[in-house]
Amino acid sequence: MITSAYIHIPFCHKICHYCDFTKFFYNPELADQYLDALENEIVTAVGTDKRQMKTIFVGGGTPTALSYEQLERLLKMIAKSFDVEAPLEYTFEANPGEFDEKKLALLKEYGVNRISFGVQVFDDELLEKLGRNHRVKDVYDSLRLFEKQQFENVSVDLMYGLPGQTYDQFKKTIDEALALDLPHYSSYSLQIEPKTIFYLRHKKGKLHKPVEEEEARMYELLMNEMNQKGVYQYEISNFAKQGFESKHNLTYWNNDYYYGFGAGAHGYLPGERTVNIKPLNQYTKKGKETGLPRLHVEPVHYKEEMEEQMFLGLRKTSGVSMSEFENRFGRSIHSLYSSELDYLKRKNWITETEDNVALTTQGRLFGNEVFAQFLIEDEKLQ
Amino acid sequence: MSSDKIKQENVRNFSIIAHIDHGKSTLADRILEKTKALTQREMKEQFLDAMDLERERGITIKLNAVQLRYSSPNKGEDYLFHLIDTPGHVDFTYEVSRSLAACEGVILVVDAAQGIEAQTLANLYLALDNDLEIIPVINKVDLPAADPDRVTKELEDLIGVTKDEVILASAKAGKGIEEILEAIVERIPSPIGEPEDPLKALIFDSLYDPYRGVIASIAVKEGSVKVGQKIRMMQTGKEFEVNEIGVFNPKPTPKNELTVGDVGYLTASIKNVGDSRVGDTITRVDNPAPVPLPGYKRLNPMVFCGLFPVDANNYNDLREALERLELNDSSLQYEAETSQALGFGFRCGFLGLLHMEIIQERIEREFNIQLITTAPSVIYEVVLADGETVTVDNPSLMPDPQSISEVREPFVNATVMVPNDYVGSVMEICQKKRGSFVDMQYLDDNRVNITYDIPLSEIVYDFFDQLKSQTKGYASFDYDLAGYRASNLVKMDIWLNGDTIDALSFIVHRDFAFDRGKAITSKLVELIPRQQFEVPVQAAIGNKIVARSTIKAMRKNVLAKCYGGDISRKRKLLEKQKEGKKRMKMVGSVEVPQEAFMAVLEMDSDD
Repeated sequence: MITSAYIHIPFCHKICHYCDFTKFFYNPELADQYLDALENEIVTAVGTDKRQMKTIFVGGGTPTALSYEQLERLLKMIAKSFDVEAPLEYTFEANPGEFDEKKLALLKEYGVNRISFGVQVFDDELLEKLGRNHRVKDVYDSLRLFEKQQFENVSVDLMYGLPGQTYDQFKKTIDEALALDLPHYSSYSLQIEPKTIFYLRHKKGKLHKPVEEEEARMYELLMNEMNQKGVYQYEISNFAKQGFESKHNLTYWNNDYYYGFGAGAHGYLPGERTVNIKPLNQYTKKGKETGLPRLHVEPVHYKEEMEEQMFLGLRKTSGVSMSEFENRFGRSIHSLYSSELDYLKRKNWITETEDNVALTTQGRLFGNEVFAQFLIEDEKLQ
Repeated sequence: MSSDKIKQENVRNFSIIAHIDHGKSTLADRILEKTKALTQREMKEQFLDAMDLERERGITIKLNAVQLRYSSPNKGEDYLFHLIDTPGHVDFTYEVSRSLAACEGVILVVDAAQGIEAQTLANLYLALDNDLEIIPVINKVDLPAADPDRVTKELEDLIGVTKDEVILASAKAGKGIEEILEAIVERIPSPIGEPEDPLKALIFDSLYDPYRGVIASIAVKEGSVKVGQKIRMMQTGKEFEVNEIGVFNPKPTPKNELTVGDVGYLTASIKNVGDSRVGDTITRVDNPAPVPLPGYKRLNPMVFCGLFPVDANNYNDLREALERLELNDSSLQYEAETSQALGFGFRCGFLGLLHMEIIQERIEREFNIQLITTAPSVIYEVVLADGETVTVDNPSLMPDPQSISEVREPFVNATVMVPNDYVGSVMEICQKKRGSFVDMQYLDDNRVNITYDIPLSEIVYDFFDQLKSQTKGYASFDYDLAGYRASNLVKMDIWLNGDTIDALSFIVHRDFAFDRGKAITSKLVELIPRQQFEVPVQAAIGNKIVARSTIKAMRKNVLAKCYGGDISRKRKLLEKQKEGKKRMKMVGSVEVPQEAFMAVLEMDSDD
């Protein structure tokens, strides 16, 4: 049973220098065509009956870059295929200053109950450097609109490890974000990805991220500040007040299934991970021809599923439940990973409680070193 | 069969000489096409370059000789051509000289835009040494940058040909090919030599075939040879019985007999190419020639490096790979070597850097063995305090400084040909490389030939790369060995985390020791990824530390980014990290990537 869906809206009014998601400059005709194709994909995948969903997440791009009419069409389309009264969590991404009260009211009307708010930093100079479309003032203007429309479940995204960003600047951003007293925060370190402006500059040696030591200090600061304010860390990059953990994102870490709709979207269906075509015209064309606009489908076998259960699950503070693992795979974590677990425990990177294996505070800093241990050599399973 | 009907006067043996990229292979292809040596289906671009590696690098390593039949419209007669291919790199000068010795003429190909280059000149001198007829061809005349008048002038000045003798061609477009073929008939003499005299056949190439043993490419200069006859290699004295003889047209085609003027191949159950050395003369046991053909030289390696398997379990595979390659390449030398840092491997000797790179690549590609290569070294002569002289081809084996009275290193006479504008840059590089100025000559208004004496070890490092980059690729370069001279050299050791890493030791001139030590320690800090603890990197002469740098401990390695639901991406990142670790070598407690062992080569590139 698939009870989560990610829906991608790849339009923006301005493109950020670091962004490697599927995104295009907003254009009304293209957006209309895109919505046609998106509807076609959703209907092909789920049929005409209404589905009960636990989580729906509409991300981008900038979903609110759509016109009012287009936004309404999108919301109707979603409401037609999914029961939007029922979902526990129905999130829209929204960027500061990029929507008005009318659009927000529309979201409310159609059942959206959570906003993922792209704040990034409380620093106009850095926002400019990132190529963001907004300024700090817009953050506060938008927050007033949320309040007016009674959106309480708002999550803020924050970035660190930015070129030119100092430890103190990041501290200021955290302080200002925490002063808002919101129920959820996500904080990501900048990755320089191919096909972005930042990558170009980086390759020419003209972009300098803070050194590893500095970035590590920023991360430690983030974890401490959040904990002190009672916003507890439930995943490597995610912090929430009790009960406000993102149920949609937990779908990923729990290794559960989800649909991925839209250009460049990723999904996880039983036995396979799906990737959609990125370019708009091809996404539309392939969708018309075959129903599902897949770029490719990667099979997930028993081995991969176990590996993913580990390296995704360990991202959570609670870690991986050993009993769940055994129920799902018919074998125990210890039988499969005994030497890896011993090694990682000796390093003090993981701990074991009664039913869970989890990262230690120290282990969190070296997550990739830990996760890589759980990739299984082919010979081992034979 | 065809050769039997064609008389010796109508045989033409020739070679094509050219600088890399001046279009030698394309011209050879066109000649093959015009003489219908290949059917359309067989016609593969650049037929003569058989090995993948050659094709990729655009250079010829192994020689080939092809027999072609040509009907001359001008003469109304049939001719038998032997096109002998030559390698185009300075590492293989000797092979070039031997294949030229098999010819009576050469086609000198010069690029219409770039003109004559140092390598072409070097090969031209070899052709002149062998008294060969030269047909000058200016190729690529259809390119926009072509300046055939200037290049013709160059050729007139250089070899004294007249304008009429120069053929303008575009091998790619098929222009000028007929003219070249007729010139071969008209100008190149037929081979002389008596079919009844004792056999003298020159070996100009030697290839190992797992089923037939060595296949020697030969040019019969005197007498004749048949299947079943007993033959003797005049330099090595080894005797064999001939199993098969034949010609390449271009596929191997067996014959009963090869006689004066013929160029073809011979097999005689020879198990090792070392027994059939390039340049040696084959004669018959029953009627031996009194003296061999002139010009035989035994090739000695000039550049040495250690080859170690990344995975120690591959040691035997590496030995087998070297054994196999040696069968085919008598200039490759190797012996077992043990390094404290890298374990069991081999010390290998090569003709030059290109030769070294080719062997490495073939081992990795054809035998699928991941290698760690140590920085190349030359052979040093060390005079000990007690007067004894020893040779050292491995820096880590350099004797204790107290016991050394003198160290000598090989020098070369380097010739750089360069446009006027770059003379300053070239001289600067040569000075920096401890060169001493010998001579400078203007070839024409614009081009200069600069000669320097430079230590070979400096050439072995990044001399060629620097030359190319400082002259925007205009410089061309050639060198000859010029003997050993005393130098103020010291061994520099590298310590990682307090342990000497023998595989990283190198020999350096004392005046440069400090700078190089600083450069290599910072380069290593760049190349070796952070470990879970801090690793000091030190450069030392004896017990004296001359430079120090530190690889900081890893502080954070976790993907804290939202990839949406893109889990495949996370997986790939983790797989890459795991794969990367496999390619590293545990040296003491430090994981060192392959590139680090070559760091000594790259350390000048940043300044």
